[in-house]
Amino acid sequence: MREIIRLTVNGDAVETGVPTHYTLLETLRYILGLTGSKQGCDKGDCGACTVLLNGEAVLSCLMPVQEAASGSVVTVEGLAAGPRPSALQEAFDLTGAAQCGFCTPGILCSATQLLAEDPDPDRAEIASALSGNLCRCTGYTKIFEAVELAAEATRSGLAPADVLVARRGVDDQA
Amino acid sequence: MHPDELNALQRGGADDPEDLETLGSDAFRVLGHRNRKPEGMRKGTGREIYTDDLALPGMLHAKLLRSPHPHARIVSLDAQHTTQMPGVHEVITGADMPTPYGIIPWTRDEHALALDRVRYIGDALACVAAIDEDTASAAIESIDVEYDILPFYLEPEQALTDEAAAVPIHDPKRAGRNGNITKKVELEFGPVDDLMKASDVIVEGDYYFHGTTHAPIEPHCAIGNVDADGLLTVWSSTQVPHYLQRELARVLELDVARVRVVQPAVGGAFGGKSEPFDLEFCVALLALRTGRPVKLLYTREELFYSHRGRHPMNMWYRVGASRDGKLRAVDARSLLDGGAYASFGLVTTYYSGQLLTAPYELESYRFDSTRVYTNKPPCGPKRGHGSVQPRFAFEVSLDKVAAELEMDPIELRRRNFMGTGRTVNEFRVQSNGFLECLDAVERASEWKSKHGKLPYGRGVGVAGSCYISGTNYPIYPNEMPQAAVQVQIERSGRVSVLHGASEIGQGSDATMAAIAAEELGVPLGYVRVLSADTDLVPVDLGAYSSRETLMVGNACVHACRQVADRVRESVAGALRIPADRVRLAGGWAFDTDAPSDGDRRLPIAAAFQLAEAQHGTLGALGHYNTPKDGVHGEYRGGTIGASPAYSFTAHVAEVEVDSETGFVEVKTIWVAHDCGRALNPMLVEGQMEGSAYMGFAEAIMEQQIMKRGDPEAGLHDAPSLLDYRIPTSLDCPEFVALIVEAADPEGPYGAKEAGEGPLHPSLPAIANAIWDAVGVRMDSLPFTPDRVWRALRGHEAHGSGN
Repeated sequence: MREIIRLTVNGDAVETGVPTHYTLLETLRYILGLTGSKQGCDKGDCGACTVLLNGEAVLSCLMPVQEAASGSVVTVEGLAAGPRPSALQEAFDLTGAAQCGFCTPGILCSATQLLAEDPDPDRAEIASALSGNLCRCTGYTKIFEAVELAAEATRSGLAPADVLVARRGVDDQA
Repeated sequence: MHPDELNALQRGGADDPEDLETLGSDAFRVLGHRNRKPEGMRKGTGREIYTDDLALPGMLHAKLLRSPHPHARIVSLDAQHTTQMPGVHEVITGADMPTPYGIIPWTRDEHALALDRVRYIGDALACVAAIDEDTASAAIESIDVEYDILPFYLEPEQALTDEAAAVPIHDPKRAGRNGNITKKVELEFGPVDDLMKASDVIVEGDYYFHGTTHAPIEPHCAIGNVDADGLLTVWSSTQVPHYLQRELARVLELDVARVRVVQPAVGGAFGGKSEPFDLEFCVALLALRTGRPVKLLYTREELFYSHRGRHPMNMWYRVGASRDGKLRAVDARSLLDGGAYASFGLVTTYYSGQLLTAPYELESYRFDSTRVYTNKPPCGPKRGHGSVQPRFAFEVSLDKVAAELEMDPIELRRRNFMGTGRTVNEFRVQSNGFLECLDAVERASEWKSKHGKLPYGRGVGVAGSCYISGTNYPIYPNEMPQAAVQVQIERSGRVSVLHGASEIGQGSDATMAAIAAEELGVPLGYVRVLSADTDLVPVDLGAYSSRETLMVGNACVHACRQVADRVRESVAGALRIPADRVRLAGGWAFDTDAPSDGDRRLPIAAAFQLAEAQHGTLGALGHYNTPKDGVHGEYRGGTIGASPAYSFTAHVAEVEVDSETGFVEVKTIWVAHDCGRALNPMLVEGQMEGSAYMGFAEAIMEQQIMKRGDPEAGLHDAPSLLDYRIPTSLDCPEFVALIVEAADPEGPYGAKEAGEGPLHPSLPAIANAIWDAVGVRMDSLPFTPDRVWRALRGHEAHGSGN
């Protein structure tokens, strides 16, 4: 049994037939071919499937696709502005925050919501915002650094790489 | 060369040559810097492709039928009805793949699907390919299996009894033996009993490691496909494509030349994907039978049963030392709970003793390790294979020795530093930065103002360790290189690096790219990396035992230097200078005597073209094989644990213990690690932080436990990421990574491993910090609130430090 679902994904209006029991994650991965969002547990424990629904981070593996219908979904594939990566994406790359990278799409979505709501979070606030996203590689250290770098870049209007250069300059003077 | 031609070459070339001012310096331009990874942006934009992201036209989906019994004979299996179900394409059982397999050639005790017996709850015995996952799931439920229930053994001590030996989990290799014993190793170096008697202080204790699993965030996934020419391809989330290719061919009785294994991006492995699994054999056979691509993706629950995680270990340690703190004798006995199959268990049994003999000088050492089968998910290698558990027992013992002698535990470790040379079990150590590691954590943690001086409830602990940079000998005996790399130069200046290393998040692709850029003088962005495809790249044995940086790195250097020599020679001819004055760096080939002279340099692409015109198409194969002379012990087992180079680590952990609740909060772990040379400090730090995290997790919260009571005996206690707790961002301490570089002559540019060694000291450092905080010894892991609370209450009742 399939039904027609309408939703907006990464800015595009989508209309497609979906098995009635499908979750939002299954719809994204298996119907729309957007495989950036990952399935790590399929029961809402790991956070690898996190996407933004109307700006809010949600677990797409727990959400029946009907619940997302008529909503606006942004996945990791939609975080960049065209060819330009977001400050978070750039900062993750610069700091080595993605090792295996499997949790990265979900963490980027959670962090995107955090920075949209709080441009200057402290480390405890970052840890709290990411507490639903399990990472098995990093011990979270470089992920925290990446979010802090992205926040600082956004606040200062600089590219994350330039923030690092500026920081090094300060270090050299000290 | 005509001057006009040279002139034309000098005008063209690299679009982003680096500043000429620094070209003359000998410093690395790429290595040693915090470079981005080649696949970093793919991972950050959702474009990286993992196995489950692949979908082939007409692809079927498979599911495994798993045993509900911990130990039973399969009396009959009836799938006739199943094959008739709509949407079902094929059903396979153990009889379809009767050849046993196992990662270690001497202990092949597994079948792709159980033949006549199941040995743990979760043992797979049939597999269905169907039109979709739901149909396959329903279909396996319809298979009729009749079991004859056998006695089962969940404790290793139980498996060792005569009653258990009468109905063993595996048939004994020799009559009269207990088939429940996988391996027993007894080795003695020096007169342990005599030196123990001569010791001034003897510390003895029982220690217990509880068993943990890898829990990568990506579940195992494999896809099988047979192309029009009959060539079998298996895509798998494996960390050992080469071994998988060999075992697939052996079990399926195919020509190995007609089996291709491709490893897409892997979402974490940690040793949990370092041997063949049921799913890979099944998708291969199902693809051969149906002529369709077949995918099998484990559920999260299945990961907890396929397991191969760290062995539970009962350990007894007796350590004797002289009054001045010198270690005289170490006597160890370990019982390893192996689960239902051997996996890497033969090696694990050796490692449980062999890897303990550095960084300290042991005057004498004996270990006696026994691995036993039990009816539980099989144990195998997890990050720090075989040596994390004994390292815990030993480093806690050292803390007790220091306490007995009223000596600072860092000082005790300094006094026993072995330096370089031979370990007591005859392994060759050529570099050893352990003292610098101790200094670094002592300084950074402000140890001297904290140890023994913090208020009750707060404490610091120290521990050290050593680990291998790859195993000196491959899993199947052969004299061929362990790693190879092909480098190809395109006349645009682009460099292709084809290598077999398995990128599993640790950064092997980034490391090979950086080495090629450094050696060939091209900007990092000119390098493309293709890895881990048995059809397209030269062999590598895989991402295990921390071997990739050293072995594949050396092979990459070897390949690049052959090409660079040709380029230098051609440039030298054109510039009319000796070849040893030509350097390739920063996008240029230049005269080191006059790097900023525009007439004495060429853009690197022009230099490549010059060399291509002279030598033909540029490219080379490089390889690396381990040194065989004088690196291992001359005794049975003396090659197991031998490595080309050893890394060293020291940790200080600071904890706060709530004496009311028993809750241990680890505040900070300072990790100093001697990686030889940090080819990319950002990646090395990432490995150190991730290792310390994983050790912390095993110390504080993770436990792979099977239920004991009927009727659920043998079932996993918590097969989900909610109930098998792994640390969230809120649970973690601060990790402070302090890189130490004691270059090793065997490593590329001196580099050694960084991916596993830095895990070991987390567990004992935390245990020792708890003692410093509240005066109780935690000899059994993990340090969960209930255990710590009980230890504190026992301490109050009986009052004792050690």
